[in-house]
Amino acid sequence: MAEVERVSIPTGALDVTMYRDDLRRQPTRPVGHTRLPTAVDDAVVVLVDDVLFSGRTVRAALDALGDLGRPRAVRLAVLIDRGHRELPIRADHVGKNLPTAADERVRVRLEEVDGVNEVTIVRDGQSSPETAEHG
Amino acid sequence: MRHLLSAADLELASATEIFDVAEEMSLLQGRPVKKLPALRGRTVVNLFFEDSTRTRSSFEIAGKWLSADVINVSAKGSSMSKGESLRDTVLTVAAMGVDALVIRHHASGAPRQVTQWIDAHVLNAGDGTHEHPTQALLDAFTLRRHFRQTAPTLRDFEGKTIAIVGDITHSRVARSNVLLLNTLGADVIMVAPPTLWPSGVDSWPARFCTDLDEVLPIVDAVMMLRVQRERMSGGYFPTAREYTIGYGLTSQRLEMLKVGAAICHPGPMNRGLEISAEAADAANSLILEQVAAGVAVRMSVLYSLLGGADDTPPPTAREPLG
Repeated sequence: MAEVERVSIPTGALDVTMYRDDLRRQPTRPVGHTRLPTAVDDAVVVLVDDVLFSGRTVRAALDALGDLGRPRAVRLAVLIDRGHRELPIRADHVGKNLPTAADERVRVRLEEVDGVNEVTIVRDGQSSPETAEHG
Repeated sequence: MRHLLSAADLELASATEIFDVAEEMSLLQGRPVKKLPALRGRTVVNLFFEDSTRTRSSFEIAGKWLSADVINVSAKGSSMSKGESLRDTVLTVAAMGVDALVIRHHASGAPRQVTQWIDAHVLNAGDGTHEHPTQALLDAFTLRRHFRQTAPTLRDFEGKTIAIVGDITHSRVARSNVLLLNTLGADVIMVAPPTLWPSGVDSWPARFCTDLDEVLPIVDAVMMLRVQRERMSGGYFPTAREYTIGYGLTSQRLEMLKVGAAICHPGPMNRGLEISAEAADAANSLILEQVAAGVAVRMSVLYSLLGGADDTPPPTAREPLG
């Protein structure tokens, strides 16, 4: 984005563990890092997630963000929208809509983290995943 | 982990996890909304049979910042002062539907006993001369930060020598600290006059020494213990002045420390007795950092005990109260 638009956009990380609605359904979850580069007050904040599924993580993220400040607007960008929403939430920017069955799992791997750009659909109990998309 | 009764309950991995979460929790202090919803709907009771300011208030703030409902019950002005037994008090509180009980009691072992009576999570906030595990956690958390800032290594406590100086016999902080620091990989030296060595000292995972001046030049941190006048029936040392000469961190002794060696004290301090004002206010004193870490570390402990699924066993039939 910096290359095309010639602006640098501050990026941070939001850990939403303590805002999840399923904390009591499993043993205590480890907590990740929340780091914001600047104050979010009056800023346009774009939440980015790899896979949009039930919408519950986004709900938690909106609550977490609200405790950190009052953004002018919040937008949602996801790499994959796999459907099966359980809350009234939609993404503003979608990389790819990927129809899935509810019992499948979608795994996104990124070059910066995993050394490869790849989205795979894994059916529970299946050893070799079908690769849906490369590059 | 269901209860936190002793620093011995903590393994390296679980202590590290508590520190990492506490590191995140400490960021809350600078945020506009000092609140996380993780313990919404949980009830925490602080049951204090002994006076306490910093431990009780930091447990209270920790619970509230995690959105738990926190109630303080102190021995004064409650039915405990009317002669109610510990068991009846605890069962009464538990019957109101409590998820965690933070307990401080003058009898060593009281929190462990309480776990036999109720299903709620029990946190030991200091029992007699036995243990004070959350104090040990916040001491170690503060030291870990200090070591990371001054000389970062892969394992924070590996190769570090830490002296614990003073009234070891009466100090629950000392016992918890020895156990935890040993788990974390530090080399611990206890320094005290022989009269203040507890019985069974050979089984402690630490070295013992009676000469403070011998120890100070080799340690990376020195932890001064409070001389507990209220637990002293006399005879442990001749006079307060004598104690200061032998075991106080005086301004002269300050010079003997390695550059950057940390000074800790669990508080409240007797300035001029076990620690001089110069040492307490020195640049490498972590005493205020210790207090500040109290809330973050206790939030982390409460989260690790109460933040997940309820593994409470089904209620069992009990003898009726009273």
